[in-house]
Amino acid sequence: MSSAELTNTDSDWKLPSQRKVGMICLIITESALFTIFVVAYVWYMGKSLNGPFPKEVLHVPWLASIALFGSSFTVTIAEKFLHKGNRALFHVWWLLTIALGAYFVYFTGAEWYHLIYKENLTISTNVFGSTFYALVGLHASHVIIGLILLSIVVISSFRGKLDPGHSEHVEMIAWYWHFVDAIWVVVLTLVYFISVNY
Amino acid sequence: MTGVHAQGAGADLPTHMVADMFKPLSRPAEMIHETSLLVLVICAVIFVVVAGLLLYIVVRFRKKATDNTQEPPQIYGSTNIELAWTVIPILITVVLILVTSRTIGEVQNAKLPEDALQIRVVGHQWWWEVHYPQYGIITANEIHIPVSSKDPQKARPTELILQSADVIHSFWVPQLAGKTDLIPNRTNKMWVDPYTIGTYFGNCAEYCGTQHANMLLRVIVDTPENFEKWVANQKAPVPPPQTPQEIEGRRLYYANACVNCHTIGESVSKGIFGPDLTKLMTRQTIGAGVAPLNHENLLSWVRDPQILKVGCLMPNMQLLDNEVEAITAYLETLK
Amino acid sequence: MASETIVDPDFKVPAPERVGEEGKTWSHVIQNLVFTVDHKKLGLMYIGSGLLFFVVAGIMATLIRVQLFFPRSTFLDPDVFNRFFTMHGTAMVFLVGMPMIFGFANYLIPIMIGTRDMAYPRLNAFGFWVFFFSGLLLYFSYFGAPGLYNAGSAPDVGWFAYSPLTAKAFSRGHSTDYWTLSILLGGIGSLATSINILVTTFCLRCKGMTLGRMPLFVWLFVVVAFLVIIALPPLSACQIMLTLDRYLGAKFFDTQAGGDAVLWQHFFWIFGHPEVYILILPGFAIANEIIPVFSRKPIFGYPIMVAATVMIAFISLGVWAHHMFTVGMTSLGNTFFAISTMVIAVPTGIKIFNWLGTMWGGKLHFELPMIFCLAFLFQFLIAGLTGVMLSVVPFDWQLSDSYFVVAHFHYVLIGALLYTLFAGIYYWYPKAFGRMPNRKLGLWHFWLFTIGFHLTFFPQHISGFLGMPRRIFTYEAGRGWEIWNQLSTIGVIIQIPGILFFVFNLIYSYFKGEEAGDDPWDAWTLEWATTSPPPEYNFEKTPEVRSRRPLWDLKHPDDPDWKFE
Repeated sequence: MSSAELTNTDSDWKLPSQRKVGMICLIITESALFTIFVVAYVWYMGKSLNGPFPKEVLHVPWLASIALFGSSFTVTIAEKFLHKGNRALFHVWWLLTIALGAYFVYFTGAEWYHLIYKENLTISTNVFGSTFYALVGLHASHVIIGLILLSIVVISSFRGKLDPGHSEHVEMIAWYWHFVDAIWVVVLTLVYFISVNY
Repeated sequence: MTGVHAQGAGADLPTHMVADMFKPLSRPAEMIHETSLLVLVICAVIFVVVAGLLLYIVVRFRKKATDNTQEPPQIYGSTNIELAWTVIPILITVVLILVTSRTIGEVQNAKLPEDALQIRVVGHQWWWEVHYPQYGIITANEIHIPVSSKDPQKARPTELILQSADVIHSFWVPQLAGKTDLIPNRTNKMWVDPYTIGTYFGNCAEYCGTQHANMLLRVIVDTPENFEKWVANQKAPVPPPQTPQEIEGRRLYYANACVNCHTIGESVSKGIFGPDLTKLMTRQTIGAGVAPLNHENLLSWVRDPQILKVGCLMPNMQLLDNEVEAITAYLETLK
Repeated sequence: MASETIVDPDFKVPAPERVGEEGKTWSHVIQNLVFTVDHKKLGLMYIGSGLLFFVVAGIMATLIRVQLFFPRSTFLDPDVFNRFFTMHGTAMVFLVGMPMIFGFANYLIPIMIGTRDMAYPRLNAFGFWVFFFSGLLLYFSYFGAPGLYNAGSAPDVGWFAYSPLTAKAFSRGHSTDYWTLSILLGGIGSLATSINILVTTFCLRCKGMTLGRMPLFVWLFVVVAFLVIIALPPLSACQIMLTLDRYLGAKFFDTQAGGDAVLWQHFFWIFGHPEVYILILPGFAIANEIIPVFSRKPIFGYPIMVAATVMIAFISLGVWAHHMFTVGMTSLGNTFFAISTMVIAVPTGIKIFNWLGTMWGGKLHFELPMIFCLAFLFQFLIAGLTGVMLSVVPFDWQLSDSYFVVAHFHYVLIGALLYTLFAGIYYWYPKAFGRMPNRKLGLWHFWLFTIGFHLTFFPQHISGFLGMPRRIFTYEAGRGWEIWNQLSTIGVIIQIPGILFFVFNLIYSYFKGEEAGDDPWDAWTLEWATTSPPPEYNFEKTPEVRSRRPLWDLKHPDDPDWKFE
């Protein structure tokens, strides 16, 4: 047999990046998970038998939302600087991202403290409490995971362990962070703008 | 084969113990039956054609001993053939969809007359509470309804309002209608329209815990006159106990925790966790169909319900033998 | 320019060095199993542990059938019976079906696409061990679940665990918690494996292996993995909600506090129906490999087979409420879900016809794998048609939750899935162990199991028609169910020796089987281009392909496939 006959003519054989495909799959999975919690929230809007009701206790978290959305921009800028090789500015913008994310988590903690101790709304108070804490809590836990990932990057960088070969790793963490932001768009709209009518 | 129903209202009626869905005796069951037969026939034809084709291929194209080792012609596919066997299933599907949606509408959106008999059935672990709001009657496990007619003018359908007190149950008497679930916090409706008298058997059809298997149902369909007689009897006051044993039994009934769970007529016994006992002895069975209601079974039940129906929610009341007999004697006056 | 390929017939892959095999003590074996990240070992471990759980869950089913032999039988207590059917169902779906299909995926996908391992070998091992321990956790409930008040033991809420039966008020103790946690854990393993499958197939195909040239087996597993990552999170979500309900007093499914019992059903079946396709598509995948080889023809209509699979997967996401025709949906809702369900019959029909088209004009070799595939076609036809009956809403009002449904899904899961798994095991056994499975033992297995299977499950259609609900531990005499239950139980007694023949065959052939060689079936996909068993790195040099049947091209240089595709 002539092996030439079996030779493939298209010599450049390109396949997608493992990390990107993996991250896209993870994001699809997470979206499916969030969808169910969102549906549960919608399903139970206005179905609580007793208060407190959303319109009595929820306030639009303008500042925290701006912080979280802003962190999507700062992480992009930080990435640009990493790409250009400007470590100092990369650190500044990356730390700013972490700070904005941390503020968001702080806000959620403060909000929950207020709801639990001042408004007497716990996860077992009514169906609003159950769906609210589950949905917002699921999102907040993702923010926390994101913060851990962001911190690992900046710590590695400070210890000199972040080399140009890691740029795709960093990009994936940024993707994850954008995803967490995008989820907040949904949660914010649903919980703080729509459900407060009930 | 028929079960033992020596006593109880409607015991003399023919029993339809084999609940064959292909022998419907009520209008909704019959509508379902017609659709089902059509679907069965379509499926049978498909089965014969495809299985026949498979068999033909297996016989015709098997490798014969005389075959040479050459490979058969390599065919990669054919758009036309594949199109053909895409279009045919689509056509069959369209037929099925039309038939299905029509029957759904006929059964589910049927208009019942304003004065249709209404019965509220509440599922409990593991028995059925049965209310007749138009008559103010409460009973359990055995549903009495008047026979209807095939003649639309004389038809007298019955509406069932289905609710649950705990977990999900499902009301299923195959010869009368398809099943409908009883779901806590929701109200479902279904209707039956039987045109033959008799006792119809059914079950709870949604798994609901330990004794799901013994959550049995009987629907007793009788002539309108007999139904009215049954109603009158259910509404009539219970005669007071006569013998000393019966009187002692009543005292024990009220002295023990029985009253917490059971209701007896207009007395202080107003419990709602267990079946209403006002007209207990007019029923054919005990424990939601677990056994025929007779003296021995009632004695056994009062002594320890866990013997006949292990896991049921009525506890063993730790009564002495004479107390068991007295309470049983009292209960036997409830008719 | 790479002009060499691994499929050069003169080239022999050198015998692989078996690391860690010199001192074959038990501790070495165990160490090897625990530390391995080799996709082939993990694949075999998946299949092995799946078979182990299969035997346990099968014993439970046997005891269930014994209890139902006589009316009013007192062989089992109701609680014991309820635990058995719950554990049987849960185990068969999550601890047998899922690991078996992942086992096949793990073993075969990297070899079929000509690469050396999965994309994330350690994640792969993680997925296996998470699954394995989730299974142990579930069975541990028999010992651990009594909890503080000694109430409950193994879960007894049924495999779909309808709320509010799972609420604290109706399910005391911790049996339901074991069920929930085990499924949550198993779900994580399945997600990890599925993401791994997707990344592997998208990013590690060998040169020339375009999407259009992947074996159909791989294509179907891509679809399955997609279904898993979309459909499993709803299951995890509702398990999380149930856990919150049970531990923190949340009200998701608390009907006393305005919660909705039907919500659980929606969430569960949004997972549960795609799950049926997650389980059956791998069966199709195996049939797609075996039927062409033993018909000596390429698969008929490759592109439309792919399209039909994608369509089935897509539609399957919109049919979940056909499990809920009796909950009192509006007639509009009922009609919608009836239509979406019936539409699935079209791509499924295409598949059956394309298999028939593959066999048409071929030369059928009735080797063990092919025999099981033919039985699969026949039984899947029955399962599909009873499925059509169930999609007809009014018919379903009668049949739902009856023994007819039990018969239907056992025809799907045993008659279709398990038969293709048997076929797959016999087909790839020589590849994995280098020896042929014994044909005579295999035929005994086939006939005993097939007769037993039909005798067990065909009568259940009829007892369903006669009004017998599922999940009842006993029934009264005179309802017309006795004879059908007795036939059913006798069927199980016939199936058991069939399974024993199968297990014996696996062990016997491992030691005494005929030497298989690299390509005993004269097949066409890449796994047959390497040694049997394959070396740890699969291929000395990663191969390069030009068509869907690289080994056909090699064996028939005068008539290669790539000229026609």
